[in-house]
Amino acid sequence: MLSQLALLPVLLPLIGAPACAVLRRPTAAWAFASTVAVLAFVAAAALLQATARQGVIHYAFGGWAAPWGIEYRIDLLNAFVLLLVSGIAAVVLVASRASVWHDIAENRRTLFYVACLLCLAGWLGIAATGDAFNLFVFLEISSLATYALVACGRDRQALVAAFNYLVMGTIGATFILIGIGFIYMLTGTLNMADLAQRLPGLGESRTVFAAYAFIVVGVCLKLALFPLHLWLPGAYTQAPAIVTAYVAATATKVALYVLIRFSFSVFHLESSRLALSLEAVFISLGVVAVFAGSLVAVFASNLKRALAWSSIAQIGYMAVGVGIGTVAGVQASLIHLFNHALMKGALFLALAAIAMRVGGNELQALRGIGRRMPLTSAAIVVAGISLIGVPGTAGFISKWYLVTAALAREQWLLALLIVAGSLLTAVYIWRFVETAWLDQNPAQPATPPQEAPPLLLAGTLLLALANIYFGLDTRLPVGTAAGAAAGLLGDSAAGLLGHPPAPLPGAGAP
Amino acid sequence: MNGAGLLFASLLLGPATVAGIVLLRHHPNLREGLTLAAGTALLAINLRILSALNAGTPPSWQSADLLPGLGLELAVEPLGMLFALIASSLWLVTTVYAIGYLRGHGETHQSRFYSFFALSITCVMGIAFAGNLLTLFLFYELLSLATWPLVVHAGTDRARHGGRVYLGVLLGTSILFFLPAIILTWATAESLTFTPGGVFGPSTPPALLAALLVLFVFGVGKAAMMPFHRWLPAAMVAPTPVSALLHAVAVVKAGVFTLVKIGVYIFGLDQLSGVASRELLLYLAGFSLLAASIVAMRQDNLKARLAYSTVSQLAYISLGILLAVPSGITGSGLHIAMHAFGKITLFFCAGAIMVAAHKTQVSELRGLGRQMPFTMGAFLLASLSIAGLPPTGGTWSKWYLLLGTLDAGALLLAGALIVSTLLNLVYLTLIPVRAFWPGGAEPAPAGKLQEAPLACCIAIGVTTAACLALFLFPQPLYALVSRIPGAGG
Amino acid sequence: MDVLSYFNYWVVVVLMMLGFFIVIARANLVKKLIGLNIFQTSVFILYISTGKVAGGAAPILTEGVTLYSNPLPHVLILTAIVVGIATTSVGLALVIRIHAAYGSVNQNDILQQDQQC
Repeated sequence: MLSQLALLPVLLPLIGAPACAVLRRPTAAWAFASTVAVLAFVAAAALLQATARQGVIHYAFGGWAAPWGIEYRIDLLNAFVLLLVSGIAAVVLVASRASVWHDIAENRRTLFYVACLLCLAGWLGIAATGDAFNLFVFLEISSLATYALVACGRDRQALVAAFNYLVMGTIGATFILIGIGFIYMLTGTLNMADLAQRLPGLGESRTVFAAYAFIVVGVCLKLALFPLHLWLPGAYTQAPAIVTAYVAATATKVALYVLIRFSFSVFHLESSRLALSLEAVFISLGVVAVFAGSLVAVFASNLKRALAWSSIAQIGYMAVGVGIGTVAGVQASLIHLFNHALMKGALFLALAAIAMRVGGNELQALRGIGRRMPLTSAAIVVAGISLIGVPGTAGFISKWYLVTAALAREQWLLALLIVAGSLLTAVYIWRFVETAWLDQNPAQPATPPQEAPPLLLAGTLLLALANIYFGLDTRLPVGTAAGAAAGLLGDSAAGLLGHPPAPLPGAGAP
Repeated sequence: MNGAGLLFASLLLGPATVAGIVLLRHHPNLREGLTLAAGTALLAINLRILSALNAGTPPSWQSADLLPGLGLELAVEPLGMLFALIASSLWLVTTVYAIGYLRGHGETHQSRFYSFFALSITCVMGIAFAGNLLTLFLFYELLSLATWPLVVHAGTDRARHGGRVYLGVLLGTSILFFLPAIILTWATAESLTFTPGGVFGPSTPPALLAALLVLFVFGVGKAAMMPFHRWLPAAMVAPTPVSALLHAVAVVKAGVFTLVKIGVYIFGLDQLSGVASRELLLYLAGFSLLAASIVAMRQDNLKARLAYSTVSQLAYISLGILLAVPSGITGSGLHIAMHAFGKITLFFCAGAIMVAAHKTQVSELRGLGRQMPFTMGAFLLASLSIAGLPPTGGTWSKWYLLLGTLDAGALLLAGALIVSTLLNLVYLTLIPVRAFWPGGAEPAPAGKLQEAPLACCIAIGVTTAACLALFLFPQPLYALVSRIPGAGG
Repeated sequence: MDVLSYFNYWVVVVLMMLGFFIVIARANLVKKLIGLNIFQTSVFILYISTGKVAGGAAPILTEGVTLYSNPLPHVLILTAIVVGIATTSVGLALVIRIHAAYGSVNQNDILQQDQQC
């Protein structure tokens, strides 16, 4: 019974997508897709409970035992990502109706929801599968659906953005395919748990390095880690408002999961000779991403574009955590993965609401929005200060763990750079605050308050409040991330270079 | 975990008041009645907490863990109690003043003003009753954010620029220095709880302690230690009640209060006196104190002059802590209170002059004594208190601070204190003197008696009386301050 | 010759670089997609060629045959081909819509038009 549960979060949207396509009325499609996402969320929550209680859950497809058959293997990390992705998807889809009705032509709405469900199936599949090739297939399912969703944008530039995304995404996926091919040739297996056992036996083979390099480059393209981020700003800015919220809070998170999964549980990066150079690569690229992304965001004239660049910066933080490479570092990365999804979910949902009311997200058009849409603007401020990392919000917890992890490795400069990055965040968030409350819109001097539609507003507020809730009650993200990181690296794992991890209060506690 | 209800009451009163203000936003009289009632209630709550503290059962509270092994904590100790009492009593007085000022000045967005005012005071209560550094940091940052709308209240380009400097410096220092210092403390000592005698073990590397002290002193930007003082003059674009309560009392005192807390409860005086970087910072404080006085002399804008005077006075308090001797701590604790009453009076007077005579520059005040004798008289007394001369409360704190420098054997700093006092007389006390006796060169403007609105005058009267009363009856304050660990009897 | 014994890898590398070059260097969106296809195909060949076992028969159970080629890479690549076709069709659909919206499938023209407005 429990092993069937492992299947459920993926199966629901995968079967739901074609079923949704036969529905005629768009409202029915919306209700159906929302229900599927909520059910997937419930299943994922049950799964997390089960894994926390009794460890890894296996499901062998068609009764073919691993490593011959395809296996779903849910450990704490998988369940964590499943819960996050399905949760965000549920909130966004339930809240999406008004914005989709505003952005998408009537005859396309049903198919729009089909694409959303396919996308969800892909993401959840990636997070659930224990098979490397299966992972590639799900990655492409979600990517193809995302290209289609991005192309639905109101502007014709959305088409170009989607095309660029398609080209770069496909190159990334093909790189991953090459890497998987190499390790299959070496070991004859595609099961990730099996790979993890066989790869160390091969020693320091050059093919193993090449395989890892291909996979890392491919995943980083999907993850939009600087300097492979070029597709992201266009795609996020031009996509329909609701798609940005849907994708920004989930797609890159799943890619980060893939990176962590391959780096630590398949390739055992922490004990490999490669570690030294990769540590430098991830940390330096991450730091550059933080500053480059934030700086562009500071000067962007469109809030949605600013936040897209901010995503690149935040991905940089997660890469830094991976680069630190200790249990504490990976834990920090996972915590930020969770928290960043909450922040960007709230921010992009709020932008969707604003786009409905003022017709765009140009800062010029947002003057005085604080009075017109007080609750939506307040949600942006709350999620924004969480992005900055003010204590009492989820972002603070991320920063705390990241800095602690850096300090434990005695990387003082890195710790300073991490906190300095949040100052730039403060600048672009405060540009919005000033525009929203201090500027008057000359075109509409005294527009009466006109809040977002109720469901959209509720979704936005829910995610914004989640930023505060998870800043004060951190058991779920911190506890799960701790367990997941410990599971990845082994409880007694040494640091990347074989340094024993410094005795760190707060790290590794279940 | 006893009596936590009182602490919650003091923290929840603010948000509850905001809700009330929003509901009553179309009824100014009811709204302001509510604010006054909230101020009274907060003072009453704090007095209850004081009696609990005196009875030996200080309320405390601990949350579930936020980070493993580390949660939010609330606790009451003498210094925090003192700070909470000052802030809440002056909030009440300032509210009276603000009603007169805002109506007299015809300010807009008054509901927003009162709301964020109440929120700011809540943050101050949080800082005062914080039981560990994490809790303190939480409210410290929230206070920066909650006061920003008050600073940019006018909405002009100047206000906006001031707001940027304000938030930039305060958030910048706290994120760049304060937060890393806290995390480093946690990683080293595995405790952030305010503990008499400090949290660091004897085996902590001295270099680390030295670095931490520097990070803390610069990180607590609200203490306005040079070179991170620019935010305070920038904040003067705010309406005068804001400058009076927040930027002469609540926010800046939160800064030096944090420093005292860190000195006494994180380092501990014994450990602090051995920290290598202490001496350097001590002389920086001495420099800050003199330099700010000299800059103040060159300001013609009255509020800017008061702001630089505050920078200078805050350096006194920082200096008192860094001396790491009992009399220094006593002096710092007393000066937090004495300076609060003195400086708020000065700001009240500045606001009254602005409302009644529409004058903002010092050079315009010559001969104003005829027109506003009450305000100018209060100004005179308060400036004496800032300078530390009888018959005002400031005498006692300056006395202990001077004693501290002598106890620590820092004669140079003792000299700096005395010189600065003289400068105080020149740039503050001379203003009312010129107002009453303009001198023969210019004919005195023929002003007829025109004081500020009654509410403003009441507030000024109350705080001036407090300055005088504290000269005669400093014992209650002293009793509280002397119970700070390390301050000694 | 040692080099020639790896000729399948050489084919893969040459095809891959060709495809990659076309994707990067061509401004025509259709040609980009063609390049992308060549790029993907090279990887398919990489997989399939490694499935061949020297002297092995086609993997169909037959009397008297003991050595079979590995069928798994074929199956995998069958899936990957489906993915590739789906990608190409989505890409072409986008190109058609871009052509309708801009009147051109040349990247430079499109960029120019975007900058003008």
